[in-house]
Amino acid sequence: MNFKHKYIFLFPGLFVLIGILIFPIIFTIRLSLSGWNSYTPEMNFIGITNYIRLFTDDPRFWESFFRLSFLSVSTVILQYIIGFALALMVWREIKFKRFFRVIFLIPMMTTPVIMTVIWRTFFHESLGPVNDLLGHIGIGPILWLSDPVIAKFTVIIVEVWQWTPFMFLLLLAGLLSLPKEPFLAAAIDGASTFRKFVYVTFPLMAPISIGAIIIRLIEASKIMDTVFVLTSGGPGTATETSSFYIYIKGLREFQMGYAATLSFTYLVIMIISLTIIAKVLTKLMIKE
Amino acid sequence: MKIIKTCLTAIISSVMIFSPMAYADKWSDQFPHIKATGDIPGECSYESMSKKNYKGKTLKINTHAVPVMGEPTALHAEQFAKLTGAKVDVTHTPAGDLYAKAMVPFQAGQAPYDIVFGFSNFINDWRRYLEPVPKKYVEMKQMQDVTPSHIGIASWDGVMYQFPVDGDRHYLKYRKDVIDNPEMQKKYKAETGKELRVPQTWKEYGEIAKFFNGWDWDGDGEKEYGSAEVMKKDDLMYAAFYSRSAAYSKNPKTPGGFFFDLKTMKPLINNPGFVEALTDWVAATKYVPPGGINFGLGDEIGSFGGGQTLFSFSWDDAFVAAMQPDSPINNKVGAAQLPGAMKVWNRSTNSWDQGFNQAPFFVWGWAVGVAKKSKEKEMAFDYLCFFANEANHQADIGIGRFGVNPFRNDDFKADVWTQIGWDKDIAQSYVDTLAQMEESKNRVFPLRVPGTFEFNAALATAASKALAGQLSPQAALDEAAKQWEDILNRVGKDNVRKAYAVGVAMEDNKL
Repeated sequence: MNFKHKYIFLFPGLFVLIGILIFPIIFTIRLSLSGWNSYTPEMNFIGITNYIRLFTDDPRFWESFFRLSFLSVSTVILQYIIGFALALMVWREIKFKRFFRVIFLIPMMTTPVIMTVIWRTFFHESLGPVNDLLGHIGIGPILWLSDPVIAKFTVIIVEVWQWTPFMFLLLLAGLLSLPKEPFLAAAIDGASTFRKFVYVTFPLMAPISIGAIIIRLIEASKIMDTVFVLTSGGPGTATETSSFYIYIKGLREFQMGYAATLSFTYLVIMIISLTIIAKVLTKLMIKE
Repeated sequence: MKIIKTCLTAIISSVMIFSPMAYADKWSDQFPHIKATGDIPGECSYESMSKKNYKGKTLKINTHAVPVMGEPTALHAEQFAKLTGAKVDVTHTPAGDLYAKAMVPFQAGQAPYDIVFGFSNFINDWRRYLEPVPKKYVEMKQMQDVTPSHIGIASWDGVMYQFPVDGDRHYLKYRKDVIDNPEMQKKYKAETGKELRVPQTWKEYGEIAKFFNGWDWDGDGEKEYGSAEVMKKDDLMYAAFYSRSAAYSKNPKTPGGFFFDLKTMKPLINNPGFVEALTDWVAATKYVPPGGINFGLGDEIGSFGGGQTLFSFSWDDAFVAAMQPDSPINNKVGAAQLPGAMKVWNRSTNSWDQGFNQAPFFVWGWAVGVAKKSKEKEMAFDYLCFFANEANHQADIGIGRFGVNPFRNDDFKADVWTQIGWDKDIAQSYVDTLAQMEESKNRVFPLRVPGTFEFNAALATAASKALAGQLSPQAALDEAAKQWEDILNRVGKDNVRKAYAVGVAMEDNKL
């Protein structure tokens, strides 16, 4: 039988793929080779000038990239640890299990921008309730948003609060799908709770953990709304991340061509680094 | 016959005298916003607009977020819709995104908005996409009262592109009840050996602000602080920095540029004058309220207007907000020109000129234009004309959060302000301050060159790094100057010089 006509059925999907993925990438590459900005509003061709500028004369992008790496890795590690602990807690037969499961998911269900505005109000150094409460016990005022170091940790707190439930959800789903036999065998062998976790639960959860970590790393590496609302990248450039910097160059300074260069470079770096991270995690966490 | 003539004269006179009041009654009942003045007859008054019929048409406006300029835009849109039958869609956009939100469709040849709000220094980048204000509006009575400097601000090469709705400048606001308080003066003298007075220089400003920082000097049970300033990057902080720099860097003996040397187009922003200003500003981080380094314009208005600080300097909004009846510091504030300096950098001799120098910064203000590609240009201009009509303007300038500030000759009369409850001496000091700035011959005007946004963003980033302690003032401004050189090379020195020359001519009093 001739099944060539089956390819016809692929066309709708292919068109969608080209429309939403291939075309924007090709357009971005083309844009990155132009000098489109507020005073040259055209898709002219300037070769790799923008790329030369990025690699030789833009330390701010690289600083923002390393800052992003720190923020995303640290938030995802914390989310994984806390999310795993919470998932283990409600995995067991405890009272009000369903109630806790819902409670733990609430932060994820709220709108990030609105919650960040609320966090910003909490952390407002002179008018916010956090410093007010700390003041009653003789602490502070802590410069949650205006100290270059503390501001980074404030961003981490908000990100961890917002996205730990996502990690919790994935890990709980993983725990609920684990086979019972290995746990029964461990129980018969008299393994302690700790040893059961280290030798049974954790290894069995490794593939799910890697998936959850990678998904969150991809999301965390795009961190934008939290930084935008909470600190605007400040004080100075202390919390400026790659995506926020690209946004500034593209939509605030209107350097569209250069912003496209930054975006494409960032995409390539992220693809390479996340592939490496996935490989390393697989090697570390999954034993043959 | 004589009796008939007399009666007729009396009737006609009565009609002429009381007709404005008749309008006032009629329209202010319906629109309480103008209850203080009622409708004021004119080409774009409520009465005139009610005769227009825009039923079935939609006007799309992109404006700033509520409240500053966003609130009056929405309010006047609602009024305009009621009067003319038009549908008016108002989109609110954060300040930092106003430029791009208009530029993206402009460059793509589209007009999703008939009216775009922005800052007046966008004019050079925007003007090719804006419809010039038609002659009939330029020549109307309402426009004749706009000050020449604000007509100049709204125009380029003699063509008006922006419809005047606001006029801005930076000046000093202070707590009059503290500075003029004999007990405070005595305390200050005892502890510092100096007189407590309205600061004449930025150094004095810093000394007084430091003294009044972190203690409850107004007895309300809360700590107060020295100064509230716009220090947040990307929130117009560059304007605050220029205000602090003007006294140190705008030397009347060296015409030919404040930001660049017009001849060579060498950036001047890292010269010792600017560095001194940034050094002062870094020191100011010690006398702003906790978190003050992240204060945007709204925070500054709220902080000073809420009675949290002794000083503030920026646009009129904080002052007007402080003077509103519900303000805790109503009639307790004073206005003065920006502080000066006891030395000013001379780039010709490469040394400091000793002596007092003061330079007002005309930061200009909100600007609004009609998109060239708009299909509803007439309705758009009518809306803008209605927005700025006398009755609306009188009501708007008295509401601090609206961000509508004086730009008409009539606004510089103390009576305008005493009518809305200001004390006479405060109203007088306010209008005197504004008038003195208009009269100054050593003014600084903001950049209106291609790529304005890039220049200001580079400066703001560098200054914010210094405020955050990431770089020293000199290193930060060297970084900014280097970026300005790069931007100049990208945009083209001659392009920038040509546009900058217009601003320099204004600064050098040649226009």
